[in-house]
Amino acid sequence: MSEYDVIIVGNGPAGLSAALYTSRAGLSTLVIGKDQGALAKAERIENYFGMAEPISGCELVENTKIQARNLGADLVTDEIFHISWNQGFTLEGRAGSYQAKAVLLATGSARKKADIDGISRLEGHGVSYCAICDAFFYRGRKVAVLGNEEYAVHELGQLLPVAGSAVLLTNGQELQADAPEGVPVMTGRIRSIDGQEEVTGVTFEDGSRIELDGLFVALGSAGAVDLARKIGALTDGRKIETDESMATNVPGLYAAGDCTGGLLQISTAVGEGAKAAMSMIKFVRQQKKE
Amino acid sequence: MSVIKVTEQNFEAEVLNSDVPVLVDFWAVWCGPCQMQGPIIDELSEEVSGVKFGKLNVDENMSLAQKYRVASIPTLLVFKDGKIAASAIGLQSKDGLKKLLGV
Repeated sequence: MSEYDVIIVGNGPAGLSAALYTSRAGLSTLVIGKDQGALAKAERIENYFGMAEPISGCELVENTKIQARNLGADLVTDEIFHISWNQGFTLEGRAGSYQAKAVLLATGSARKKADIDGISRLEGHGVSYCAICDAFFYRGRKVAVLGNEEYAVHELGQLLPVAGSAVLLTNGQELQADAPEGVPVMTGRIRSIDGQEEVTGVTFEDGSRIELDGLFVALGSAGAVDLARKIGALTDGRKIETDESMATNVPGLYAAGDCTGGLLQISTAVGEGAKAAMSMIKFVRQQKKE
Repeated sequence: MSVIKVTEQNFEAEVLNSDVPVLVDFWAVWCGPCQMQGPIIDELSEEVSGVKFGKLNVDENMSLAQKYRVASIPTLLVFKDGKIAASAIGLQSKDGLKKLLGV
């Protein structure tokens, strides 16, 4: 496993913009992208600098990918589930793990939180957003993971060696990954997460109920905010907090684009990506000196 | 003020019977966000007076984690006169901690 100077999670305007700068500065750069995100839906971009003729979001991203590759950046398709730090960053994805001196989170804006009765109220009291962080508290107990994609299966993998029993709840969604052997999958829509002071169970729309001690939320894929929370970056609701140089409170970890809130525009994402890149270049060069 | 190590042995004396409010940080070595919370608490303890700061390792003091229904770390609890006066779950900024303490 090779170590990069910089890993950028997200291949939208913020991530790719940063990659242009870090590659040109001679830093080994890896961009990890999952899909085209919000821009995939933009058919005509008319409000971005230099668009004599509007082009589509896909085309804009594809052009910039070529530009980044030409400048020496590596681009891979993968989905990142976890990030940790120990004398450098380690990112764990579906296809493998990656190491870097500095990391930029630029995966776009986080999707809506699961809007299920009881879920916010019981956060930290049975509702968790990080299996590896909180599995310890559920030794031998009954847990469920809420989600229907690879990320949910990954979180289940963290819980299975520890928990007494585990189920996968898809809340009416079709399962898009293979559940681990022996783990029951319940596809019913959820009416509420039950419990006064702590989670006691889940009630489905059809009135049936299961008893639970813990519910781990892993909807969709792990977004920038989920990853930020796992490593200990400060977040404000569904935004990552950064200073004006796009640095988070975790040394070496930066965030740019829609995941930092503000104007959800290509122009601001590109600008933030550039700012983050400048900060990362400075950070990595300092590290190399030490 | 220095940050004290809170354990099952000294919890009653240092936290429950304290004359001043106590902020207790429930943490563990394997918890990423806890590694970031620790230095923030160290820094705050240098700035704020009239408050005691403590760190409680959940691995070594599971009974206290269970007693206070800690199921996610970091969890920050403020004790006043032996009772929980405020609580927060997940990493807190220095300003967030100040709000929690009302200072």
